[in-house]
Amino acid sequence: MDLFEYQARDLFEANSIPVLKAKVATTPAQAKAAAQEIGGKVVVKAQVKVGGRGKAGGVKLAEDGDDAYAKAEAILGMDIKGHTVKKVMIAAAAPIDSEYYLAILLDRSNRSFLVMASVAGGMDIEEVAHKTPEKLAKVHIDPNEGIDQEKALEIVRQGGFGSDVQGQVADVLVTLWKTFQSSDATLVEVNPLVKTADGRVIALDGKVTLDDNAAFRHPEFEALIDHEAADPLEALAKERDLNYVKLQGEVGVIGNGAGLVMSTLDVVAYAGEKFGGVKPANFLDIGGGASAQVMADGLSIILGDRDVKSVFVNVFGGITSCDAVANGIIQALEMLGDKASKPIVVRLDGNNVIEGRAILNNANHPLIQQVESMDGAAARAAELAAK
Amino acid sequence: MAIFLTEKTKVIVQGMTGAEGSKHTRRMILSGTNIVGGVTPGKGGQVVEIEGKSLPVFNSVKEAVAATGADASVIFVPPKFAKSAVIDAIDAHLPLIVVITEGIPVHDTASFYAHSLKVGKSRIIGPNCPGLISPGKSNIGITPADITGPGSIGLVSKSGTLTYQMMYELRDIGFTTAVGIGGDPIVGTTHIDCLRAFQDDPETKAIVMIGEIGGDAEERAAAFIKEYVTKPVVGYVAGFTAPEGKTMGHAGAIVSGSSGTAEAKKVALEAAGVQVGKTPSQSAELLRAILKG
Repeated sequence: MDLFEYQARDLFEANSIPVLKAKVATTPAQAKAAAQEIGGKVVVKAQVKVGGRGKAGGVKLAEDGDDAYAKAEAILGMDIKGHTVKKVMIAAAAPIDSEYYLAILLDRSNRSFLVMASVAGGMDIEEVAHKTPEKLAKVHIDPNEGIDQEKALEIVRQGGFGSDVQGQVADVLVTLWKTFQSSDATLVEVNPLVKTADGRVIALDGKVTLDDNAAFRHPEFEALIDHEAADPLEALAKERDLNYVKLQGEVGVIGNGAGLVMSTLDVVAYAGEKFGGVKPANFLDIGGGASAQVMADGLSIILGDRDVKSVFVNVFGGITSCDAVANGIIQALEMLGDKASKPIVVRLDGNNVIEGRAILNNANHPLIQQVESMDGAAARAAELAAK
Repeated sequence: MAIFLTEKTKVIVQGMTGAEGSKHTRRMILSGTNIVGGVTPGKGGQVVEIEGKSLPVFNSVKEAVAATGADASVIFVPPKFAKSAVIDAIDAHLPLIVVITEGIPVHDTASFYAHSLKVGKSRIIGPNCPGLISPGKSNIGITPADITGPGSIGLVSKSGTLTYQMMYELRDIGFTTAVGIGGDPIVGTTHIDCLRAFQDDPETKAIVMIGEIGGDAEERAAAFIKEYVTKPVVGYVAGFTAPEGKTMGHAGAIVSGSSGTAEAKKVALEAAGVQVGKTPSQSAELLRAILKG
């Protein structure tokens, strides 16, 4: 889960990382009140989970409360790379002397954690890494040792930080590590970390990604979820404990196992090229169980998607046997009744496949068509969706 | 021969007394795996009867190893307790630790993986994987044992069901070993580890490598194939249609910005001389054609 900037800021503040005063607003009036409470010049910042908002006009300086009202009015509702701005953060403005970069992240390639530190902050760090790699310190962190003051100082020196700020930046880094670890984050990035004109080191903007797998030990994650932004079908699927991702397409897809479902989407898109560019409408992994209830839940979510013209159920019977899946499909259609109205192409293979196919054949359901191969079934589903 | 797992491997099941653990212990025994006991902290001393076998339960992996001579463990414990279970196995110096559990926080995996490197005695497979099977010999994990018999193909995959699908399509040829390395951002055994072992295994004649979006494991594997692997390798990559920034089922299956795309992985593999099919069936046919010469 990616956090909004204001959520990252709050997390930093709660962990004693120095930040500026700030408040969130969803209306221009709230923005004005926030600016007046903070006092002086403020920055009005669009809250979107996408980069490049500054260039898009989503960050503006305001002189006072009335100006903050005007700026917030202009920014709220703005579209930044497909993300609608619903909230702005009103933050105190600070005279900046220098901008730095500091991040701790999961490093998949090295199966460990990585600190990146640079005095070239405020810009795209990938550009810094590419153009001036000597300005970016990259240091691997042993997950069981972490970052103590000594290690932090070593990294900060390597990142080229001046002696005037080394101590303060090292303090931030030690605290950032504690935040990274205690929050089960996979990314904590401060960009920019700034030195103000009066010599204080402050986290001015932050990006945080939290590990969804760790939610069981973080009840506080729940409040950070952006329920508004979730697709309504995705939200419904989540309530029913289904692994569903909405896509833009016409063929609804249900399968078992993440890899097989991902593959099914590709095979549908590939087959769809011959039928006017028909595409998969969703990812839905029903996992190992594939009971009638799970199948009914899955089908009802997919059939609730207005773009869906046909459904492709692709199951390989491994632990689950095909006869159980076939029975699940029949019972699911009984449960759904009239709600099931689109053709359903079923491909079963693997464990007890003969019994499974026989169950579907004997049921003789008007919506169900069986195709034995995955590629053939994808082509049939694409063809039906193109009609 | 097979890689990592043979009929001699003695296996203990961590979490054997739980629902998943006991279900799959039964399946593993039925597929010929030499299960010698289980570990559940606090339940040591019990004996569990499964499929005609009396399996002793121990409080720790060390005790289990001392009593049974086990040299592999399979872990079915829930995410909350997985880290301590894996560390228990690492500290008992088990050569092979297979972590089936899905949903382990990546900080926990990073921690036990780093610990395993420090101790230096264990190969970890997974987490979030189906395990590995050397057909006709042994089966650790949840892979259905009756899909295919022994043969000459080595298979390494991030995905369980795609592994099953591929084993099914090529069941007439059969497999030396099929390894499901898992779909998490950090896994203990990579494509490269398996490619190396298959290259060095005289019975493996050809290799199937299945990848998916996220990270750069496939690109690194491609570089390794170029440098080390002389046996034919056929590839498959899932997730061409996955949108940016969305986790597709597996915790590690996510395209971030422009990195981790299926296209980049396919290009890298093809540049290393690997034939990559557009569908799993196409990949299976490519392999069949190679073996027929």
